[in-house]
Amino acid sequence: MKVKVISRSTDEFTRERSQDLQRVFRNFDPTLRSQEKAVEYVRALNAAKLDKIFARPFIGAMDGHRDSIKCMAKNPNYLKAIFSGSDDGDIRLWDMASRRTVCQFPGHQGAVQGLTVSTDGSILVSCGSDCTVRLWNVSDANLADSDYLSDNSAKPQAVYVWKNAFRAVDHQWDGDLFATAGAQVDVWNHNRSQPVNTFDWGSDTTISIRFNPGEPNILATSANDRSITLYDLRMSSPARKVIMRTKTNSIAWNPMEPMNFTAANEDCNCYSYDARKLEEAKCVHKDHVSAVMDIDFSPTGREFVTGSYDRTVRIFQYNGGHSREIYHTKRMQRVFCVKYSCDASYVISGSDDTNLRLWKAKASEQLGVVLPRERKKQEYLEAVKNRYKHLPEVKRIVRHRHLPKPVYKAANLRRTMIEAERRKEQRRKAHSAPGSIVTEPVRKRRIIKEVE
Amino acid sequence: MGAKKENSDDEMDEKVKKYLRGEAANLEGLKDKKLKGQLAVREDLYGKSAKTAAKIEKWLLPSEGGYLEAEGIEKTWRIKQESIAREVDILSSRNQYDIVLPELGPYSLDFTSNGRYMAAAGRKGHLAIVDMKTLNLIKGIQVRETVRDVAYLHNELFFAAAQKKYPYIYNRDGTELHCLKEHGAVLRLQFLKNHFLLASINKFGQLRYQDVTMGEMIGNFRTGLGRTDVMQVNPYNGVVALGHSSGTVTMWKPTSAVPLVKMLSHPGPVSSLAFHPNGHVMATSGRENKIKIWDLRKFEVIQTLPCHAKTLNFSQKGLLAAGTGSFIQILADFSGSQNYSSYMTHSMAKGYQVGKVLFRPYEDVLGIGHSMGWSNILIPGSGEPNFDSWVANPFETSKQRREKEVHSLLDKLPPETIMLDPTKVGTVRAPQKKEKPTKKEMEAEMEAAIETAKDTDFKKKTKGRNKPSKRATKRREMISRAKRPFLEQRTQEHEMSRKKQKTNPETEMPKSLQRFVRQKAT
Repeated sequence: MKVKVISRSTDEFTRERSQDLQRVFRNFDPTLRSQEKAVEYVRALNAAKLDKIFARPFIGAMDGHRDSIKCMAKNPNYLKAIFSGSDDGDIRLWDMASRRTVCQFPGHQGAVQGLTVSTDGSILVSCGSDCTVRLWNVSDANLADSDYLSDNSAKPQAVYVWKNAFRAVDHQWDGDLFATAGAQVDVWNHNRSQPVNTFDWGSDTTISIRFNPGEPNILATSANDRSITLYDLRMSSPARKVIMRTKTNSIAWNPMEPMNFTAANEDCNCYSYDARKLEEAKCVHKDHVSAVMDIDFSPTGREFVTGSYDRTVRIFQYNGGHSREIYHTKRMQRVFCVKYSCDASYVISGSDDTNLRLWKAKASEQLGVVLPRERKKQEYLEAVKNRYKHLPEVKRIVRHRHLPKPVYKAANLRRTMIEAERRKEQRRKAHSAPGSIVTEPVRKRRIIKEVE
Repeated sequence: MGAKKENSDDEMDEKVKKYLRGEAANLEGLKDKKLKGQLAVREDLYGKSAKTAAKIEKWLLPSEGGYLEAEGIEKTWRIKQESIAREVDILSSRNQYDIVLPELGPYSLDFTSNGRYMAAAGRKGHLAIVDMKTLNLIKGIQVRETVRDVAYLHNELFFAAAQKKYPYIYNRDGTELHCLKEHGAVLRLQFLKNHFLLASINKFGQLRYQDVTMGEMIGNFRTGLGRTDVMQVNPYNGVVALGHSSGTVTMWKPTSAVPLVKMLSHPGPVSSLAFHPNGHVMATSGRENKIKIWDLRKFEVIQTLPCHAKTLNFSQKGLLAAGTGSFIQILADFSGSQNYSSYMTHSMAKGYQVGKVLFRPYEDVLGIGHSMGWSNILIPGSGEPNFDSWVANPFETSKQRREKEVHSLLDKLPPETIMLDPTKVGTVRAPQKKEKPTKKEMEAEMEAAIETAKDTDFKKKTKGRNKPSKRATKRREMISRAKRPFLEQRTQEHEMSRKKQKTNPETEMPKSLQRFVRQKAT
C-alpha cells in the first residue's frame, strides 16, 4: 500500500532567529474563507467611516495680499512655488511649504489681470488693466538664494505698453510666444515690444485664453459675447467658434487628452468639449450654485478643480457629472482663481478675502512618505469602499458632506426650479402629439450655434 | 502529448472556475455604454486574477496532501491503523495515540480553528487543554459537576464548557471568567467564528445566541420541538441546524424567531448532523441506521447510505466520519460527484463507546472522544495541506495571535448577515410585486376599521346638547365614514370586472350585428 500523511517540519514554517522575518503562506482557496462578501461589506463600512474621520483637507492660508486675488500661475519647474496677482497690482511668489512670500514683484499700476510662467520657468509674464505687459526674470538661481524673510522685490526685465487693458495672458507650452486677451487677442514674442500677431473675431472683449498643451499652435479663448473661440496660430484667421447661452469665465485643457477642454460657465455648470466636435458638449458637470469663476486640470488629466462665486471649491472627475469633493470655509469669500499643484496632491484657491488657501486634493490622504505596506492597505480600503459604495449604509457615509447653509438652500432652490421645469416639459410632451415636442439632450441645450 | 495537454487545460479550467466564484455578468443587455465599458474592464480583471490564483495553486503551494492507495487485491477499508503507523514517518506516527481515562466519563472534544490546541471535556467534570504540536497538557481542571460539551471561542485563550446548570467561560489557565446564567442547562455549544456568537441549545429546547465580545444576548428562541442535543453550525453561511426527535431538521438565524428551513429528514429521531465545508452538502443520520446526504441548494437527498452513525463529521477535504458503538467508518467520494463509498474503517477495543468524532483542521488526523478517554487516528487525505496565514496559522506566535484577534474583531460581522445564501450581500433585491389582498383580508381590514371607529370616545357636550339620539347618529356617521373607502374599492372592482365582461361579447357577436357594437374611443 502507498500511504502519505501531511507532515510539516517546524523549521520550514517558522523563523530561525528573531531578526528574520515571519514567513507568511497563502492559499487563495475560497472554501477556506466563509462569508467573504459580508466581510468585505463590513470592511467597506469601516473604510468609509475611517475616511471621514481622517478627512482634514485644509492645510493653511497664505496671508499677505492687500486686495482680492485675481490670478495665479504655476512654475512647472519648481513644485513648491506659486505666483499670485491681486487687484492692487501686487504680484507675489509664495513658498507653499512654509506658506510665506518669497519675493514680491511691484510695478503694476492697476489690477493684475493675468499671470503666466514660460515652460522653462525663466520668465514670468503679467498683464494688467494699466495696459501693460511686464516680463520678470524668475529663473531658479534667482529664487534659490533669496531670503524670504526680508522684503525682496525684483525689477521687471521688460515692460511693454499697448493700446487696451488686458484681461488674461497665457504662454505657449513649447515655444517662446505668449498671447494676451483684451479687446482683441494678441500674440507676442519675448523680445518684441509689439505683438507679433493679432486676432479679432467679433466686437466683444476676450476674457480668458489658454494654449493647448499638445498642439503648441492652438489656443482657446472665451469672450463676453458668450462664445468660445479656437484659434490656430499658423493660420491668419480664427478656426472655430461656439456660442453658448451664457458667458464662459475660464477654460482649461486636459493635459492628458489635449483635444478635450473644459469650460467654466456663468450658469453654474462646467462643459467639457472635444475640440474637434464643438456641436455637442462631451459632459456637463453640475454642482455649483453660482457662477464658476476658474478651472484647472490635475496633471493626471483625471480630475479638475473649480472655484466658484458661491464661495466653494469643488473637485470633479474628468468624466463625472457631479463633484466628488467640496471645500469651503467660513472665511473664504468669492473664489476667483484655483490651481491644481503639479504633483496632483494639492489644490490652491485664491479668493476675495485676500488669502490663498492650500488644500489637499484627497481629503483623507496621509501626507509625507507612506510605507509600502501602508500604501497597499490604503489602496485596498479604497477599492473595497468603491465596490460597495452603492449600498445604502455605505453610500450615506461616503456621500455625506457638510454644506454651508446658503449653498444648501441655494442648491435646494435650484433643484426645485429645475424639477418644475422638467415636469412641465414632460406634461407638455405628454399632452401633445407624439414627436411634436423634441427634448434636446442636456449636452446640446446650452449651445446656440457653432460657427466656422 | 496532445491528450495530456488537454487534460492539464481542463484541470486549469476547473481551478479557474473555482476561483471565479460564480458566473460572469451578462453585459449584453446593457445600454449604458460607460457602465458597460467599466464592467467589461472589471470582468477582465477578475478573469486574470482567477487565472493567477489557479497558477499559484498549481505551482506555488508548499505542501502536498495525504493519500492512501491500496495495491493489488488489498482494499483501503481493511487497512489497519497499525500498518499505517508503520509506513509513515516518526513525527506523523506520533499523532496516533489513545489516552485512557476510564473513570471520568465519555469525552467531548473541540479543536481551535488552526488545529493546534484541543479542549477535552469528560462527563464527570474533567476539562483538559492539550497542545497538539508538542502533545503537552497545558491545563487540566476538575470542575466537579457534569460537563456536557466544550467549545473553543475565537482563539485558544478562551473556551466555554456546558456544565450542569449553566455554561461557563474559562481562560487558558483554567480561571473561570464568566458564568452564563441566562442560557440555562445547556446540552450543546457552538461558536460562530465570523460573528463572535456563542450558540447554545438547552434542556428545554431553547436556542440562544450571545455575542461574546460585549456579552449581549442577540437571540433567544423557543424551538417548540422539544429537547435535542443535535446542533451544528454551517461554516459556509453561519446558520445553526438542529436535529429533533421528530425527525425534522430546522435551520435558524439569530434575527428571526421562526426557523429558516424545516425539513423532514428521517422517520425517527435525528441522531446526528454534519456540514461539508463548502456549505452545500449536509449529512444527517437517524435511528433507522441510515445516513442521508443532502444537497442544500435544492434540499434533496443525493445519497442514502445504510450505516449506523451516532456521530458524524466532515473533514476539510470532504471525507465523512461516522462513528457508532466502538466502530468508526470513513466515507469518501472519489469521483467528486457526491457518491460516497467506504474509504477506511477503525474499530476500537470492545468496551469503548464513541461519543464524538472530530477531524483536526490542517492535519490528517481524526479525534475520537469515547467513554474511556480520547484517541487520535491517522486518516490520510482528510486535512487541507496548505494553510493560509491570514485565515488560520498552526504555527502562530503570540504576537500573531494578538494581531489576528484585533483584525478579526474589526471584521466582526453583524448578526443580520447570517442568511441561507451568503452571496446575496451587495446584490440587487428583485422588486417585490405587491399582492392584492384577498377578499377575506379585505373584509378583515374593514372589520378592524369599524372596530376602531366604534371605539372612539366623543366629547361630552353640556347645556342640553348631549342628546342620546344625536350621539347615536354621530356614531353611525363615524362607522359609515370608516366603511366608505372599502365600499368604494369594491364598487370600482365591480366596474372593472363589468367592463372586462363587456369587451368579451364584442368578439362573440355574430357578423350581422357587428355594426351595433359600441366602438371604443381610439
